[in-house]
Amino acid sequence: MLQVLAPSGERLPEPQLDPWLQDLDGADGAAVLAGLYEDMVVIRRIDAEATALQRQGELALWPPLLGQEAAQIGSGRALRQDDFVFSSYRENGVAYCRGVDLSQILRVWRGNASSGWDPFAINMATPQIIIGAQTLHAVGYAMGIQFDGADAAAVAYFGDGATSEGDVNEAMVFAASYQAPAIFFCQNNHWAISEPVSLQSHITLAERAGGFGIPHLRVDGNDVLAVLAATRIALDRARQGGGPSFIEAVTYRMGPHTTADDPTRYRDANELEDWAAKDPIARLERHLEATGVLDDALRQRVADKADEVAAVVRAGVISMPEPEALDVFKHVYAEPNPWLDRQEDHYRRYLDQFDHSGATAGATTEGGRR
Amino acid sequence: MATMTFARAINAGLRRAMEADPKVLLMGEDIGSLGGVFRITDGLQKDFGAHRVLDTPLAESGIIGTAVGLAYRGYRPVCEIQFDGFIYPAFDQIVSQVAKLHYRTQGLVKVPLTIRVPFGGGIGSPEHHSESPEAYFTHTSGLRVISVSNPQDAYTMIQQAIACDDPVLYFEPKRRYHDRGDVDESVDPATALSLGSAQVLTEGRDVTLVTYGPLVKTALDVAVAAGDEGVSVEVIDLRSLSPVDYPVVEASVRKTGRLVITHEAGQNGGLGAEIAASITERCFHYLEHAPVRVTGFDIPYPYSKLESHHLPDLDRILDGVDRAMGRANSLSNLPGADD
Ligand SMILES: Cc1ncc(C[n+]2csc(CCOP(=O)(O)OP(=O)(O)O)c2C)c(N)n1
Repeated sequence: MLQVLAPSGERLPEPQLDPWLQDLDGADGAAVLAGLYEDMVVIRRIDAEATALQRQGELALWPPLLGQEAAQIGSGRALRQDDFVFSSYRENGVAYCRGVDLSQILRVWRGNASSGWDPFAINMATPQIIIGAQTLHAVGYAMGIQFDGADAAAVAYFGDGATSEGDVNEAMVFAASYQAPAIFFCQNNHWAISEPVSLQSHITLAERAGGFGIPHLRVDGNDVLAVLAATRIALDRARQGGGPSFIEAVTYRMGPHTTADDPTRYRDANELEDWAAKDPIARLERHLEATGVLDDALRQRVADKADEVAAVVRAGVISMPEPEALDVFKHVYAEPNPWLDRQEDHYRRYLDQFDHSGATAGATTEGGRR
Repeated sequence: MATMTFARAINAGLRRAMEADPKVLLMGEDIGSLGGVFRITDGLQKDFGAHRVLDTPLAESGIIGTAVGLAYRGYRPVCEIQFDGFIYPAFDQIVSQVAKLHYRTQGLVKVPLTIRVPFGGGIGSPEHHSESPEAYFTHTSGLRVISVSNPQDAYTMIQQAIACDDPVLYFEPKRRYHDRGDVDESVDPATALSLGSAQVLTEGRDVTLVTYGPLVKTALDVAVAAGDEGVSVEVIDLRSLSPVDYPVVEASVRKTGRLVITHEAGQNGGLGAEIAASITERCFHYLEHAPVRVTGFDIPYPYSKLESHHLPDLDRILDGVDRAMGRANSLSNLPGADD
């Protein structure tokens, strides 16, 4: 497993990754590091705010990314805006890197829409719930990049559990056969809800890619610099026409699977303690302290930024407009559909029976005509 | 006007769609140098190149899933599923991804995907090669499902399907691939009869006979045979299975008062049930008899020596017409029979 920052914060020599981190040793190095630190602190704060909002009944559900900040920021910050991301439901840190309008992340989890953002505005598909399905979409998109003669890449994010799904394996077959500029970015957070990664694979997940002829790197996923470097390597390969890559970022989901989950039923408290010692933010903090980058002023500035973002997220959620009842029929088809139009018309007439209240979802009470 | 086989007509339609729009590309197993196992894509890779006509790995979910990604990138992929029975590995991508992407993105992502499926029986194939899976897809919102029955429609409707901004399942009755018919290649798909329309093929007074795809030809034969027996049958080719063009069926049933629906797929939960229910709701007071279904049995597709029993044929459909007419039929002598 490749590592650049030890849990102590010490920078270790890593011949494979170091050449990809030269900007950190240059004049702007401190600013780059401070930027990564800020991003990680901010997304941890967004995550905590969302969890709180769920506990307060403002969100129906939330899948926390606590512990996976380095994997998401390290990879997300390596991308260019013309790259395209296909993720699952936990990659809110990546969405943040793409420049998503923050409260839009939460629209889905509040139940106000089935997707939050315009995929083409931030070049990131809306989150996928079907485990692994998005990896094929990423490969197809990458094939399109290739046909267009562009030098962008498509990145698929998925978990350790997803590697067992047929689609992920088919995606690797397609990517390898066509040498598509696709990056398989697997966050091995050790758990698929209650199932340990050992149930998914007997060998490392990275090694599996080898069987498909896909070059692979296994990096410490709690080490933001190792992840950044690995993603840069994969992106460079994709842009040069070198085909797909697989990155296994070995990390840990420190929270529950979602706010509906109780990890104490399946995982040992000691395990969590061991991983807390490898916390990705604390690690970078130690490094920045040792190198003199992190002082009280920076700490304060980042904390203020996190507060500000959290306030935006909260305000965005609470002020979100409720959908209209007839929105339920919208966008099923891109072109007119008489059968559905008829259902919509019938439902409109039905709602019209209730004095003036039919237009808004939730305005009709359950049971009985009024 | 040229005379060509059904298979050739699809090929010509694909060619024209590819010429019209460089974003159209074909994907599937063996569709390149071989031209597909039914040769529908014959010669297209040679003329358009391997980037427009892609031989894919043997992975149906992979074919549909990567096509979704290509659609994100602005392409209009046309996927070939080699045989009906092999669409099931792709089922998840079709119903969970293809069908829902437009809805879940509030219309921001379009999936102008065409999925060609050679379907239906009657060619003596081994198992998994003769199925009629259309009802799984008509039950799924967000998909359009069509089935073509003659070379002209095959030619026009493949172009319409490709031009459609919604995903379209295009079911090709494989036992009709070698039938010949006139095809007017100068037809403009934009102004031709629309993808969603049914078509009355023969006018009749007594019974409306509704079908699609492989059984349209049989239904036309039924109309002739019934005519010889003094029953005037109006044959409707549905063409679109989702949405069904109910106004056309409704108008016919208001005139005839009797409805027979026939398809190769099994009866339980099939399209015939849906049409019977919808027409009963819409035309109850016009009906002289309950709608009658003549369908394949509710069995796995049988081995080929038995398929002629499973598939509705001229005589079974005529028997259904007799039932709808209240004439002597196979069920007449049963206790509690409907007539
Ligand atoms: C096809 C499919 N099967 C089952 C589920 C239910 N499910 C949701 S998340 C999950 C675990 C996924 O684990 P992993 O791929 O490791 O990702 P992580 O949640 O750890 O990020 C399961 C089984 C699903 N969403 N999709």
